[in-house]
Amino acid sequence: MAEETEKGSSLATDQRRGFLTKALAVACGGLATFPPLAAALWAVLDPLRRTAGAGNFVPVADLNNVPADGLPRQFPVIADRVDAWTGFAAEPIGAVYLKRDKGSETVEVLSATCPHAGCFVEMDRESKCFRCPCHNSAFTLDGGIVAPSPSPRPMDSLECKVDKGGGVLVKWQNFYTGIEEKVARP
Amino acid sequence: MSATSSSSSESQQRAGMLAQLADWFDDRTGYRAFVHEALYERVPGGARWRYVWGSTLVFAFMTQVITGLVLWASYSASAQTAWESVFYIQYEMTGGWLLRGIHHVMAQAMVVLLALHLMQVVIDGAYRAPREVNFWLGLILMMLVLGMALTGYLLPWDQKGYWATRVATNLAGLVPLVGPSLQQLVVGGPDYGHHTLTRFFALHAGFLPATLVLFLVLHLTLFRKHGLHAKQPVTKPDGLFWPDQVLKDAVAMLAVMAVVLGVILLPALRAMLAGEPLVTGHFGAELGAPADPSQPYAAARPEWYFLFLFQFLKVFEGWGATGEFLGAIIVPGLTLGVMFLMPILGRWNLGHRFNVVFTLAVLCGAGLLTAMALHEDYYALWADRSAYADVEQLLNETGGDPQKLAMALGNDASKQAVFEKRRHEYEAIRKSEAFLVAVKQAKADAERAIELAGRPEKIPPTGALALIRQDPLSQGPRLFAQHCASCHAHVDPAAAEAEAVLAKSSAANLFEFGGLSWARGLLDPAQVAGPAYFGNTAHKDGDMVSFVTDDLSDTETWKPAEVKAVIVALAAEAGLPTGGAAAGQVKKGRELMADTDRCGSCHAYGDNETELGYAPDLNGWGSREWLVGIITDPTHQRFYPDTNDRMPSFGVGRDGGTPTLSAAEIGLLADWLRGSWYRPAASVHETAGVSQ
Repeated sequence: MAEETEKGSSLATDQRRGFLTKALAVACGGLATFPPLAAALWAVLDPLRRTAGAGNFVPVADLNNVPADGLPRQFPVIADRVDAWTGFAAEPIGAVYLKRDKGSETVEVLSATCPHAGCFVEMDRESKCFRCPCHNSAFTLDGGIVAPSPSPRPMDSLECKVDKGGGVLVKWQNFYTGIEEKVARP
Repeated sequence: MSATSSSSSESQQRAGMLAQLADWFDDRTGYRAFVHEALYERVPGGARWRYVWGSTLVFAFMTQVITGLVLWASYSASAQTAWESVFYIQYEMTGGWLLRGIHHVMAQAMVVLLALHLMQVVIDGAYRAPREVNFWLGLILMMLVLGMALTGYLLPWDQKGYWATRVATNLAGLVPLVGPSLQQLVVGGPDYGHHTLTRFFALHAGFLPATLVLFLVLHLTLFRKHGLHAKQPVTKPDGLFWPDQVLKDAVAMLAVMAVVLGVILLPALRAMLAGEPLVTGHFGAELGAPADPSQPYAAARPEWYFLFLFQFLKVFEGWGATGEFLGAIIVPGLTLGVMFLMPILGRWNLGHRFNVVFTLAVLCGAGLLTAMALHEDYYALWADRSAYADVEQLLNETGGDPQKLAMALGNDASKQAVFEKRRHEYEAIRKSEAFLVAVKQAKADAERAIELAGRPEKIPPTGALALIRQDPLSQGPRLFAQHCASCHAHVDPAAAEAEAVLAKSSAANLFEFGGLSWARGLLDPAQVAGPAYFGNTAHKDGDMVSFVTDDLSDTETWKPAEVKAVIVALAAEAGLPTGGAAAGQVKKGRELMADTDRCGSCHAYGDNETELGYAPDLNGWGSREWLVGIITDPTHQRFYPDTNDRMPSFGVGRDGGTPTLSAAEIGLLADWLRGSWYRPAASVHETAGVSQ
């Protein structure tokens, strides 16, 4: 009887020891693997911390070069750009359409980026409208949706001001695509 | 009561479902048998610490795979982006320094673990039948790991990796018949560049690891097939792989990781305790200055685990290409050949003993060679050079000419022998000193490169090297040493070595030229004829010197306040700090400079109509434009058309040929002399991680 209890207790000790060994092995292995995994994850998530920067006013054209005929004209946006480690000075970073109505001193600005999926919207001079070559979104010269259109919202207008010297400045921004609201990317 | 029973039945139900799911999965995959086979391997004689090395190597490799893949996601293999992307990983990406640090240090740990694993296998005789093939697989794995270490060293495209790789690939060119083609294939063309990087990267991250995985699978399969080779004699009962051996393996892995983290983090801890600002990018793995084939790099050394090969080549110094062929290819090849034969030799007891002795001898030899290499390089740190002052003096006196030396030593053979021995020692110290200076320079270059790359404007598309080549602080001292220092000194007058440096110079000391203190010295009667100004030049007896020593020392004609005003006005003319001088004082000084009874009697300034040609133009004196002018052509009408003392026209080509210095180089010199270079506003690196 006493022998049996002894056996039983030694079995229990063995089991406990077995469990302890297993738990320790898993813990040590996990601890050893944690640093490289954590460092990898930390570094992989780095892009989430990056922002495009708040929209700055960028000189795009001279008011005299925007004909006051109500027809949009395409202008490149030229600005300094940082791509990870490289700094580009005065580089084309995108394009906008500038439109000025007859006799008007104010300029309307539309981003050339399609609000549907981000393709480059082109102007169709013959049909006097904008067309996106990717999924056939069409917009009026004011940027309004021409139904039926896959684009969930009109073309994105950009803030604009004309300085004393007649320079047209555009607040350059990118917006999230594919949604109804116009939300600027950070 | 009822609630408890219902919840327990629920959990029972859930457990039942899980078991069912597991059964379903096992039916389709047979995973249970697989896991059982993997875990419940018999360990003859029970778990032991000496069996952990193989597992730690697998663990180290997995760590390299994880960290390597993520590094890959941020690395860009080209001559203009490799260093730059590694800089970005190290200094700007969150956790990049830790990621790269683990990859870098674990690579070194792997080499150590390889040596330990090999030693354990050889000492235990684990290569004996039927495990011969597995031993060979292990040797192939070892070569693959060393190949990955070699190729990985180049990828940051810094000076260190670049020059070490040049040496390694040149040695590959020594292989008979195919050598030159082999070298050109590895390098990706006749010269080092984009394709060297893309090829090394493909080898490092693609071909070698893929091959390694293949051989690792074979190695582990054969290991399982033959079972673990127990250390003889077996005294304890058999154990199981899980959990007994796994625990030991896991503890060893944890220890390896702890050491790796320790190597990365201890310097950080030391910096923290010393109260230094903590720049995470400085920890983990080093990043040298960008690779530059046009700059000598005397600090070039392979990574420490290849140092023994580097030192071994020195054994064959003086043998020419044959020696290098022997040292780099034949001897290592033979050594490896013997290792491949070990399982066959090991069939006899004596053979096994030979194997053990051979392995230990190779490892000890490598260790000894490594120690020798380090000793040679760092010898000057503890050697006393002053004890060899007599040797230095004798060498200086005789110019090292053997006949003169023999004469000086009285043609005494025993004296000559002693001298030769001491000369050898002395030269070893000199060599080590040169290496240490090169290391210091390399460190400074690296720091500057990192400082420049961290500018808010970032790195130009032409790459960081272009940035350094346009940096006055990096290029100025080199250009000055090469073209100016044979006559001009550039030494802080307050420095300890100033006197000695000035004594050797034969033209003005250009330290802080154009600044307040330089101008003050120029107009100081006690200094103007000294070695820091005109003392060692043809102008020593010129009118400027007599003017300063006679007229300026007469406080009646030149009141101290007036001299001070001129000094301030000169610094203002140079566009350098005037020490907060009042505008009135500068104006007063400028009036004196223009005054034809004062400076203006010789020097042209403002509208004083003094003709150019007799004395240098004071308009814009010391400014960038003025300096560029005088370096370009000191014989120009504005400077010394008739009285130029030995200074070459660096920017004018002889007979319409190419000038000694380009306009850009002269600009760099002028900027450097004026102290005009980029300085980080605060500590750039601390804010570098913050996004724009």
